[in-house]
Amino acid sequence: MNWINSFSATTLIFYLLAAISVGCALSVAFSTNILHSAFALLGALSGVAGLYFLLGADFVAVVQLLVYVGGIMVLILFAVLLTREISDIKISNVSVSLLAGLPTAFILLALILQILRKSHFPTTIAVSTTTVHRLGDALLREYLLPFEIASVVLLIVLVGAMVISRRAVKEEIGADQQNPEGQEVRR
Amino acid sequence: MNQIFTIGLNHYLVVAAILFVAGLLTVATRRNAVAILMGVELILNSASLNFIAFSKFVQGQIAGQAFSLFIILLAAAEACIALAIVLAIFRNFKNVDTYKTTLLRE
Repeated sequence: MNWINSFSATTLIFYLLAAISVGCALSVAFSTNILHSAFALLGALSGVAGLYFLLGADFVAVVQLLVYVGGIMVLILFAVLLTREISDIKISNVSVSLLAGLPTAFILLALILQILRKSHFPTTIAVSTTTVHRLGDALLREYLLPFEIASVVLLIVLVGAMVISRRAVKEEIGADQQNPEGQEVRR
Repeated sequence: MNQIFTIGLNHYLVVAAILFVAGLLTVATRRNAVAILMGVELILNSASLNFIAFSKFVQGQIAGQAFSLFIILLAAAEACIALAIVLAIFRNFKNVDTYKTTLLRE
């Protein structure tokens, strides 16, 4: 009964979080309703955030919860609800060529697992300390250039998203003004 | 048995591999543009999980977490732009099925 000794709370929590992540990810891939897919993605991202906590990466886990679960998921849900034919399950989330996709995915998974089995990584378990201090130090010292580039990317994204969606709104308003007998004028 | 119950690097890598394959399957088989985006988010998350697992188990350096932060940032940027494009496509074509919206003009 040697394995009883190595069974700990960490093991239990890991398997719980891994089951949540993997189950939700598979549900994203196979669900027939796109709204269910979106909520399953929410579960998968939350599960991965829990795995980050388990790995001792507290800051990244909180950022994952804030940015992914709070931001990106809301964006995706908005996009799902703004696009039409959402209630029609057959149209909204149809899967094509699962017959070709599934064997390819299984072969790829088997390949990755085989590589993992054959390769050996020199593991040394790090001491878990709070990472915020070291992370801030690294971001403003070693990774200063990527940090600045990232902020420029965010600014460009802010402007770009506005430009892309504004042009569409403008065209729609122009089309509505050309035929005033239209049903409704949006915005 | 001991290998199964002592959580090591390989456990996290296997979870990340499954997440990656699920994301790839979503990207490859879905026809809805928003669903394809969800698959891309899954793939990015699996890469991020790999980075953090390696940063914990192999060197204990902070580099993996910094890269993971950049991945999250770029995923947010990508999702923002891509969803704006999806909405623009929807206004033009009244559809987000990638099999039907194959033209770059109206």
